[in-house]
Amino acid sequence: MSTVKKTKTTGKKPVKAPKASAAKAGKAAISNTAAENPSVADNGQTPGVRRRDFIHIATVSFAGVGAAAVAMPLVSQMSASADVLALASIEVDVAAIQPGQSIKTSWRKQPVFIRNLTPAEVEEANKVDVGALRDPQTLADRTKPGKENWLITLGVCTHLGCVPLGAAAGEVKGEYGGYFCPCHGSHYDTAARIRKGPAPTNLVVPEFAFISDTVVKIG
Amino acid sequence: MSFPWAQEYKPQGTVSKWVDERLPLPRLVYNAVGAGYPVPRNLNYFWNFGVLAGVALVIQIVTGIILAMHYYASVDGAFNSVEHIMRDVNSGWFIRYAHMNGASFFFIVVYIHIFRGLFYGSYKAPREMIWLLGVTIFLLMMATAFMGYVLPWGQMSFWGAQVITGFFSAIPVVGEPLRQWLLGGFAPDQAALNRFFSLHYLMPFVIAGVIILHVWALHIPGSSNPTGVSVKSEQDTVPFHPYYTAKDGFGLGIFLIFFVAVTFFAPNMLGHPDNYIPANPLSTPAHIVPEWYFLPFYAILKAFTVDFGIPFTGIIIIEAKLMGVLAMFGSILLLFFLPWLDTSPVRSGHYRPLFRKFFWFGLIPCIILLTYCGGKPPYTQWVILSQIAAAYYFIHFLIILPIVSRIERPLPLPNSITEAVTGKPLEKAAA
Amino acid sequence: MVRLGAFLVGLFFSGMLLLGLGDTVIKAIQEPAQPSAEYEFHEKPLAVSFAHDGPFGKFDRGQLQRGLKVYSEVCAACHSLNLVAFRDFAALGYNEDQVKALAKAWKTEVPTINPETGEPATRPGIPADKIPSPFANEVAARAANNNALPPDLSLITKARADGTAYVYSLLMGYRDQAGYKNAEGKELLKEFPDAATPAGLHFNPWFANLNIAMANPIAGDDQVTYDDGTKATKEQMAKDVSAFLAWTAEPKMENRKSAGWAALGFLFIFTVLAWMSYRTIWADKKH
Repeated sequence: MSTVKKTKTTGKKPVKAPKASAAKAGKAAISNTAAENPSVADNGQTPGVRRRDFIHIATVSFAGVGAAAVAMPLVSQMSASADVLALASIEVDVAAIQPGQSIKTSWRKQPVFIRNLTPAEVEEANKVDVGALRDPQTLADRTKPGKENWLITLGVCTHLGCVPLGAAAGEVKGEYGGYFCPCHGSHYDTAARIRKGPAPTNLVVPEFAFISDTVVKIG
Repeated sequence: MSFPWAQEYKPQGTVSKWVDERLPLPRLVYNAVGAGYPVPRNLNYFWNFGVLAGVALVIQIVTGIILAMHYYASVDGAFNSVEHIMRDVNSGWFIRYAHMNGASFFFIVVYIHIFRGLFYGSYKAPREMIWLLGVTIFLLMMATAFMGYVLPWGQMSFWGAQVITGFFSAIPVVGEPLRQWLLGGFAPDQAALNRFFSLHYLMPFVIAGVIILHVWALHIPGSSNPTGVSVKSEQDTVPFHPYYTAKDGFGLGIFLIFFVAVTFFAPNMLGHPDNYIPANPLSTPAHIVPEWYFLPFYAILKAFTVDFGIPFTGIIIIEAKLMGVLAMFGSILLLFFLPWLDTSPVRSGHYRPLFRKFFWFGLIPCIILLTYCGGKPPYTQWVILSQIAAAYYFIHFLIILPIVSRIERPLPLPNSITEAVTGKPLEKAAA
Repeated sequence: MVRLGAFLVGLFFSGMLLLGLGDTVIKAIQEPAQPSAEYEFHEKPLAVSFAHDGPFGKFDRGQLQRGLKVYSEVCAACHSLNLVAFRDFAALGYNEDQVKALAKAWKTEVPTINPETGEPATRPGIPADKIPSPFANEVAARAANNNALPPDLSLITKARADGTAYVYSLLMGYRDQAGYKNAEGKELLKEFPDAATPAGLHFNPWFANLNIAMANPIAGDDQVTYDDGTKATKEQMAKDVSAFLAWTAEPKMENRKSAGWAALGFLFIFTVLAWMSYRTIWADKKH
């Protein structure tokens, strides 16, 4: 590859004119090979070595901290956004639900079963020996005082997340008269407690409150 | 690698040895950007911009992938999904502003990188392939940026898509069918938006692939340097790591300060207000302009106002519209021929007195003028200026450069890089 | 061969451009561009300053609340704000109950369906709702507004050059066209007799083509009554609603600025450290 060569470099100044003193320039030329790999050459030379290493370590660690700080928003952006969180509570009017009926509604994009238990169903739920249950809870634990007939649970089987049957009219209610999950055969009783099958816990009762006699706030 | 004195990767410890024998990736990195890559010792700050362009691409890919998690490519939902990102997604405003301004900074960095190549003759033998791949990357970047600008489906997005695909309709006979094929319809709509999104997601990875080739080609002859004098001995070089990693780290800090200042304090400075109006196919904004980085080319497009034909017969051979489009593409494509247009054996503009004059007093003002005129409405004074500047642009590359390289008498070159740096000849310095 | 081809191409393109240049000059002399009323009488936005201006600026919550009041009582009759939700008003300094009350009391109700019959119906707003539009659709909006479409205001201050000042100037900019003179003392109707505002439009030199379909929305003082006792002058209302619309366009502006300062501070230290590191490594290497 061709470059025009002249034997002398006088005339035009080279691109980077020497900035530092001549002494420094000489030193640079002499220490040339050692400087090729300063990390080796520096080892145990002068007291300045420690300070130098410290600067590099500080720079690299500072860069690491910065990268971690930038990573935070890049990760947190995946969590629920403000509009999703804004829908985190709903209000449902339950006045029209007759004893023995239930409705399915949607809360946080998940099904919620609201069931008006008949006195017989309440009695059946209270008859059960709580100590013998897989997930011991009484009906009272799962409802609000004075409103024991209102059973509100997530319609999400605690096994692997299918929607159990039994909320809509005519659906199979399982061997214990509550809900039945067809995916893997979990049976829930009239308090939506797990009685038979693989599900480990009772259907989850979401946080809810009666804000009037007939309006429930879920979430 | 090229230089016999390049340090060899020596795996330390059994695990490193085990990996090295099976997949020598650490060795590859060591030889590419580690101590195994000898680099001229006299590189100035203009040589930071290659690495910075890589950083800018990474910023774009990372923020882009995140935006794609929240964006919908739908003519009804795209605009609102961008605003959803700006308002409701956690830190979404930051990611979107970073992506938006990241595109501009990518172009700023790449333009400086190209400018460095033009001035220091980095396109000359034996580095032609690096240059050709670089121009390819630039073209891919322009396509990617254009398609990305369409995605928010604002007024400028829509009308930009309309105008830019309109270039193709200038081509005789096949133009209009070609345009309809590109858009998947008669005007930009759902089909166009969807394909632009798909391609906008794909292209950065194509760019990354071409960058790998670009860097590979770079490692054959090694980096050029401000003197343009080839490396002659070990003294002329330093290992990339730690010398240039440290310098690039500092350069990165400066770059990020500028980037952050614009992204956080003037995020819409480089954008256009009309793109905050949802696309309306029935009403064009009063004054449509592309993003700033396309303005010089847009000015060239607009500068052609007369048809080419046989005088006094009314026969038109090339319409002004088609010529504008040809010239606009030509203004970029001519860069592919640069290594063969500039035949001077001297690389660096420092040692080329005549070239340097045309570069600083011709090309640079001409490009600034084109950028400025590109953003102006079509008033007479701006048309006149852009016609002068565009004419100079073509004359510079296609006529002046070949002639200058022939007639110019270069200044004496230093014997070696070491001599240019230390003022002492190579042999003496070695002592 | 390449160079010969390049020479010819260069000659062709530059030749055509120079021909074009001659053409442009001749045309400019033969038929000089006609001055237009829009070009000569369109005003730049008025100088106005806000608490949220500048790199340290923060929104004035009291002003935003007043601006919301102006929007809801004046603008909202025609202009939608469909990117903003009631829940967003928490950022104006309202607590949860106040936001709920605002949503419930909003003049326009949220479209829904009757749960019994499925017929279209409306219900009071809840915090999660976006602000309901005053018109069901574009056709309805045009029908009610003399065929003009009132733009959505969510992003208006970002969608116009110098947006916040633009909104303020537009609201303050209604003038009597008869005898209107610009700063140079030229009288519009004398210079451009054809520029008389058509019936149904309103003269406003801050609007792009000088004639705007919107009648002066803030005609005089005390059009609204501020809860905080601020005197509702015309200027005060225009300023408050402009600030409010700056907030609707960029509710995250304060986060942006504070994150920006943190990032700049960090980067400054990093850059100094990186510079020291760089100088140390190169200390004995001349370059």
